[in-house]
Amino acid sequence: MTALFAKFAALRAGIEALQTSGRNPFDVRFEKILSATEALLEGRPCLLFGTNNYLGLTFDESCVEASVKAVHEAGTGTTGSRIANGTYGEHTLLERRMAEFYGKRSAMVFTTGYQANLGLISTLAGREDQLLIDADSHASIYDACKLSAAEVIRFRHNDAEDLRNRLRRLEGRPGNRVIVVEGIYSMLGDSAPLREIAAVKRELGATLIVDEAHSLGIRGKHGRGVCEDVGVESDVDFVVGTFSKSLGAIGGFAVSDLPDFDLLRIACRPYMFTASLPPAIVGSVTAALARISTDASLGARVRSNSGRLYSGLAQAGFAVGPEPNPIVALKMPDKESAVHFWNRIIDQGVYANLALPPATPGSLSLIRCSISAAHTEAQIDRAVSIMAAVGRELRVL
Amino acid sequence: MTNNATNIEPQILELLARRIPPDVNVSADTQIVGGLGLDSVAILDFIMDIEDRFDISIPLDRIAEVQTLGELTRAIEALQRTTN
Repeated sequence: MTALFAKFAALRAGIEALQTSGRNPFDVRFEKILSATEALLEGRPCLLFGTNNYLGLTFDESCVEASVKAVHEAGTGTTGSRIANGTYGEHTLLERRMAEFYGKRSAMVFTTGYQANLGLISTLAGREDQLLIDADSHASIYDACKLSAAEVIRFRHNDAEDLRNRLRRLEGRPGNRVIVVEGIYSMLGDSAPLREIAAVKRELGATLIVDEAHSLGIRGKHGRGVCEDVGVESDVDFVVGTFSKSLGAIGGFAVSDLPDFDLLRIACRPYMFTASLPPAIVGSVTAALARISTDASLGARVRSNSGRLYSGLAQAGFAVGPEPNPIVALKMPDKESAVHFWNRIIDQGVYANLALPPATPGSLSLIRCSISAAHTEAQIDRAVSIMAAVGRELRVL
Repeated sequence: MTNNATNIEPQILELLARRIPPDVNVSADTQIVGGLGLDSVAILDFIMDIEDRFDISIPLDRIAEVQTLGELTRAIEALQRTTN
């Protein structure tokens, strides 16, 4: 190993140790994607319970057609950034549709969801300001903190009182406080207590950013996420999210009512210095947004499927996350059990995600399952049955 | 070591004892990353315990500058002086 790569020796050792028990979890290769819920893996059909295809729109006819039409009409790529190389009409249309969907004054689209968090958070919170982030925040939020010049303070996961304490310690200090939380957290599928967090924000004064990456199209009467579901939309200054999960493509967004929001277009480096979303993506995302705006059954189906998977696995005896959401996490007794379990369910035709410390909260070893509106009840029942059988075989039940 | 540091160090050790195995020996020279057997998230959680015990805020960039438990003690002292 060269000196330059010597710092990665522990990573290599970790991968090699994982592979002694079977597959490399970071290099799963599907030979063919058959549908939103099935793929060919190692030559055999496999049920997909490890995507973020929550609404199952990746093969939706209207989305595919809009994408193909956009390629024919506007080409394969934009070849540059919006500030240097121009905005396409379709970008503006998608931003207008996003703003309308959320009932907000403005929207900005980013090339990835990661960049939406990276750009918005790092640009809003400057020197002298303080960022207060939930301890279980996604890597994109932590990376945004690194890019920001602000002081960064973690508060205990989903603990509004702890947030209050940490805000209180900052009293008398100059600067703006910016709170960042997620609607649903990606590892355990638990929701943020947004009513309580919004109350702390109102009481002590701060800007509130909510990342609805895992809740867009799923929670709330109109699919606007946990903020809508619990009635705090007017307290939230910025909603961030992604097009890569419920909307079945790639890209990110931020929406806000603040009048100076568009200034971010010429201040936010992860927006300014990257190529804009290509027409095919903008086309499919715009169509997907129209689908979820007009078809409430998608959200109802994913919620119903989430409940079926969650209760099935809980009844089988697994220790699951705190609430039924499209992410259902199985807590394994230790890392070795998790690795064996993950390999065995793939052997039996179920793909889910292996999540190990330090990428997990509380150093938990998890099997992270995700559900789709496109899953049939029969597919869910089969996955539960396979996981229960493997659980008994490995004595983790 | 100042009187204040003498007071801080046992409290750090007490909080640490809740998170590390009993057979791990620690001293002022123990490296926080690598010397405690804690992963990166567990270290950040330990720092939250410290913040609550001493009623201070230790920003993430400040944590990155602190390498040993002795340096952590001095950082807490400095932050207490700033806060009070």
